[in-house]
Amino acid sequence: MSDLGQVLILAGGLSPEREVSLRSGARLRDALREAGVDADTADADAGLIPAIAADPPSAVFPAIHGASGEDGSIQEVLTLLGVPYIGAPPEACRFAFDKPVAKAIARSAGLVTPPSVTLPREIFHDLGAAAVLERITATLGLPLFIKPARGGSALGASRVSRAEELPGAMIACFAYGDTALIEQCVPGTEIAVGVIDLGGGPEALPAVEIRPLTGSYDYAARYTPGQTEFHVPARLSPAEAKAAASAAITAHCALGLRDLSRTDLIVSDGKVFFLEVNVAPGLTETSTLPMALEAAGLSLGTVCRDLLSHAAARGT
Amino acid sequence: MPTEPPRPGRVDDRDQAEGAAAEAPVSHGSLVDAHAGRYAARAAGMVASEIRALFAVAARPEIVSLAGGMPYITALPLDAVGEMAGQLVAQRGPVALQYGSAQGDPGLREGICEVMALEGIRAHPDEVVVTAGSQQALDLIARIFIDPGDVVLTEGPSYVGALGTFSSYQAQVVHVPMDDAGLIPEALDECIGRLAGLRQRVKFLYTVPSFHNPAGVTLSAERRPQVLRICQRAGLLVVEDNPYGLLGFDAEPQRALYADDQHGVVYLGSFSKTIAPGLRVGWAVAPAGIRDKLVLAAEAAVLCNSSLAQLMIAEYLASQPWREQVKVFRELYRDRRDAMLEALGAVMPDGCRWTRPHGGFYVWLQLPPGLDSKSMLPRAISSRVAYVPGTGFYADGSGADHLRLSYCFPEPARIREGVRRLSEVVGAETEICATFGAVAGAGGGRGGASPADLTGPAGGSAQL
Repeated sequence: MSDLGQVLILAGGLSPEREVSLRSGARLRDALREAGVDADTADADAGLIPAIAADPPSAVFPAIHGASGEDGSIQEVLTLLGVPYIGAPPEACRFAFDKPVAKAIARSAGLVTPPSVTLPREIFHDLGAAAVLERITATLGLPLFIKPARGGSALGASRVSRAEELPGAMIACFAYGDTALIEQCVPGTEIAVGVIDLGGGPEALPAVEIRPLTGSYDYAARYTPGQTEFHVPARLSPAEAKAAASAAITAHCALGLRDLSRTDLIVSDGKVFFLEVNVAPGLTETSTLPMALEAAGLSLGTVCRDLLSHAAARGT
Repeated sequence: MPTEPPRPGRVDDRDQAEGAAAEAPVSHGSLVDAHAGRYAARAAGMVASEIRALFAVAARPEIVSLAGGMPYITALPLDAVGEMAGQLVAQRGPVALQYGSAQGDPGLREGICEVMALEGIRAHPDEVVVTAGSQQALDLIARIFIDPGDVVLTEGPSYVGALGTFSSYQAQVVHVPMDDAGLIPEALDECIGRLAGLRQRVKFLYTVPSFHNPAGVTLSAERRPQVLRICQRAGLLVVEDNPYGLLGFDAEPQRALYADDQHGVVYLGSFSKTIAPGLRVGWAVAPAGIRDKLVLAAEAAVLCNSSLAQLMIAEYLASQPWREQVKVFRELYRDRRDAMLEALGAVMPDGCRWTRPHGGFYVWLQLPPGLDSKSMLPRAISSRVAYVPGTGFYADGSGADHLRLSYCFPEPARIREGVRRLSEVVGAETEICATFGAVAGAGGGRGGASPADLTGPAGGSAQL
């Protein structure tokens, strides 16, 4: 066994990504155990605080996806409990989880991000949806990506190619949250770039190229093996690969992230566009971060063990 | 699809370990699933879904789930059942833990005939085939009757588990409308005629005549012989699925269709609602030719079903006051039905209409025009209430304007709280749809708009 002591993986939660998180957590637990770590999983429910208070783990790995896991809430609670944890501190999580805020920070750090507008549902009600939507399509054109400003796994997200599809896409989006990010759809190669920092500064993992076999990279394409083709490393020119790695590290640093993150990018005509960043990347069989680790010759268990050791040594 | 066999996790250049900035390597795609190109066509629809992801949250105690149809097992005399199970293994272990016959334990089949007598069925134990819940009976029936492309008629809406089974055998499902008195005979007649004109091969009518899942309605006594006559005239087999028949709240059980046509009906029964679904014991009663094929199909599928579970049910029927226990369930579910209907009447916004079940587990609710129950579900989960979107109960993509509510599992106070939360969800969604509906018409261009012809909360006599 490692000398890390007992570590706790938080998985589950009440967001729509609960199932994905449970799978990520179970996979991570098995990988850590294989790496000699005494690891267990716990849900984020009423039993969590008493359990941690009674038997504090040496470090916690928050693998809860979606709100509470990625918006800084769990990280705040872990800070209150005085328990070391992997990943970004609460404020950085808040910025990263909010896609429009993350885009703004990325932009100010010099990254390019697709043109977009961010609008709460009230504005459509108050100003008239037809007029607002017409202005959006006149300015951003079509196709567009509609997604909840906060959330993951493409839940509530849709690609809209015709203006008449917009109202339905907006309604579907607002079922997941009160603010929508409406983004110009940039054609190109969709990639995910993991960043890990084992103490020597953030390093980019090989980019994973994502090519859904039909339609877009939606929930089914993400979590059904066989629905999406992944290329690791992504089929990019050396210059593009370098730019993508650099963009992921820039986003990681600009947002104040720590330990690990995953940045989603589009590479179009040699230009790299920042889409979003994830502070608790998926770790399921079909998730890109484990693929990137494997491509880098690293194992999920040993990397996460080292990250946990690093977090334990760092303290809160 | 890629031309070469996919290799999971394959990468061709490990030098990339130092970062993405290295030389561009040759990269081969991975589909993660090495067998992705080999699945049968019928597996095409077996993909991860947002709805399933949302149901994973609905199972948490923080959510009031009006979604699942779980019987309230806590109302069973669990101590007595436990003692009975212990004695069974101690005294009859060599039989209870051994393989059994594919047709099922003879003693249990006798007990089943006694249960069915309550619905007017006079059957011989030899006509009964025991299955793993009636769901397996459905699978076996589909297996022996359906060739790809064959048509199955069923109510619209229909039981989601049956639709899944028919789809896995590549049947075409054609829905026949219902109203408050169940399947509409004239519509059935018209549908059979239309399909005959199109030279479609219709294999059977699948129906849940009593306390329908999800619609909550019951085929009236007047219509039962009409439906049978129409099917007899057309030479159409009827598959009568009756898991809720004994769970009526106001009257004696309806006479089963099978009771009046033992040659043209296959009857499916289940102990999942009257005893316990965890034991997975159901049955089929069928004319001799069909029965023989069902037994052979069951043998091919599972050799035999659990001897232990079958003997437990047989022993329960023989030694426990099961009729009284069914009465306990009926009263419990009636109180919960009352709580749900009362809460719906008190808080649901204008434009919602729902059925008033006289038994079973479900209320079928129609949303105000333009709302889509599937796209509204995330809002409901965020508000800590869950239901089943209506689209799951149709094979043709319709049903978005409806949702199913179940009252069998939560206690009355939770049901009231769940309905209150749902009313707020519907209110908020109505507002959103009103905002965007003006752009694309009711429904925001998403389809699924329903005939807004119901006459009131009871549904009147209009179609569901």
